[in-house]
Amino acid sequence: MKIALTVNGRPAALDVAPRTTLADCLRHALGLTGTHLACEHGVCGACTVIVDGAAVRGCLTLAVQADGAEVTTVEGLAGDGALTPLQEAFRRHHALQCGFCTAGILTTLHALLTENPDVEACEIREVLSGNICRCTGYIPIVEAALEARAAYRRGGDPAQ
Amino acid sequence: MKLPAFDYACPETLDEATALLAEAGGDAKVIAGGQSLLPFMAFRLAAPSLLVDLRKIAGLDGIEVADGEIRLGAMVRWRDILDSAALARALPLLPAAIGHVAHYQIRNRGTLGGSLAHADPASEFPCIAVLCGASVDVVGAGGHRTIPADELIAGPMETTLEDDEIIVAVRFPRWPEGRRWAFDEFALRHGDLAIAAVAAAYDMDGPHIAHARVAVMGATDTPQRVPPAEDALNGRAPDDDTFGAAAAAASAAIEPTEDLHAGAAYRRALVGTLLRRALAESCAREREAAE
Ligand SMILES: Cc1cc2nc3c(=O)[nH]c(=O)nc-3n(C[C@H](O)[C@H](O)[C@H](O)COP(=O)(O)OP(=O)(O)OC[C@H]3O[C@@H](n4cnc5c(N)ncnc54)[C@H](O)[C@@H]3O)c2cc1C
Ligand code: FES
Ligand code: FES
Repeated sequence: MKIALTVNGRPAALDVAPRTTLADCLRHALGLTGTHLACEHGVCGACTVIVDGAAVRGCLTLAVQADGAEVTTVEGLAGDGALTPLQEAFRRHHALQCGFCTAGILTTLHALLTENPDVEACEIREVLSGNICRCTGYIPIVEAALEARAAYRRGGDPAQ
Repeated sequence: MKLPAFDYACPETLDEATALLAEAGGDAKVIAGGQSLLPFMAFRLAAPSLLVDLRKIAGLDGIEVADGEIRLGAMVRWRDILDSAALARALPLLPAAIGHVAHYQIRNRGTLGGSLAHADPASEFPCIAVLCGASVDVVGAGGHRTIPADELIAGPMETTLEDDEIIVAVRFPRWPEGRRWAFDEFALRHGDLAIAAVAAAYDMDGPHIAHARVAVMGATDTPQRVPPAEDALNGRAPDDDTFGAAAAAASAAIEPTEDLHAGAAYRRALVGTLLRRALAESCAREREAAE
């Protein structure tokens, strides 16, 4: 099926089989392998991408359902190559080790902080219940998110 | 696992959608948020030949809080329920329960229509619909009908919907002023499916409880009301003794399910503990509001 979507600000016209998930479409048709896949049934969060402003499971969204949508992947966060304040905070706090979960957590937190730059630690923890990280123990991730709030509060979209 | 192959249609009207479903004669499935159907397909628990997407059909979204009833479109997402200030005032039990559904990213896509049709015994929305006596409006190729929520749910993952029927809306009766409510749940991790959960609502008639409703989910093969627990509440004062009696009645009355996560005896005990705790909290909330 023919679909047209905008990925990280660039238009993409594709022909995909209906069974292709958005995550597979991004990885295989567009070469955006920053989006990771692990469980492929919605429990781990590695595949999280932002569709029309909302963080969603890339493995539980069909590419054909994203026809006409604006999609942001982890590659789209640091648009000009420089790390975003959220990514800088991840580095400072050691909020990643192997990095497998990181793309999904960055996109999740970017959507969350864009919606609510004043989000409290308890809500950040609740949101992270949707992302599995086997390395960090989550504490540095929460600390990085708390620190990044300031950049989102200053207005605008710190990722762009 | 990758999904099995299927055809995909994205009709713009209910007529087209029900016609496609009728034509496929049971081989097709509706897709709303996809947050239950796609995992089922990944596990090969479902392999429909055609998916009929509801996303372009107008009129399936929207939360309307009117004088007599609250109408929720079938495509209302968990996210919309949690963001609605009007619902938080008119039916606070609903957002309190939906706060236990899945995770942030899943709540951005999962819908209440999908949850009802999926009929997982551990899902919150069907339980609240049963507790509140909600009505479910459905449309099929042959016309529309309204089904009481407890008649829609036929068993675990089983409903009385026909193959060509689509849920369009769910209607909840408005609550009287001052109705109290209770909800509590136990899951292994926040957002996981419940091992057991309880919901309750009641009015105060002077010093006594009236119109009590109690429902259990996760611990039984369908979400269901528990009349012995309701009887233990009605006409009594809302105190620890009454709540303890209701909890014991609920534990005794249910037929608990067993699985990998919990045995029947554990679930039976858990239901009592959760109900006593939730009812006590319904009073504490009242006291806090009064202060
Ligand atoms: C990791 C994970 C954790 C979860 N945890 C919970 C939880 O704690 N509690 C909970 O309640 N849910 C949970 N869910 C399920 C989630 O809430 C789903 O969103 C919901 O059950 C189904 O909604 P949907 O819109 O995604 O439906 P879909 O997946 O699109 O559809 C589900 C079923 O309903 C049918 N259907 C959908 N819409 C309609 C309609 N309007 N009319 C008729 N049939 C329809 C479909 O054909 C399909 O059979 C979880 C899911 C995941 C992946
Ligand atoms: S790969 Fe999508 S949630 Fe695990
Ligand atoms: S950094 Fe290794 S899984 Fe999170």
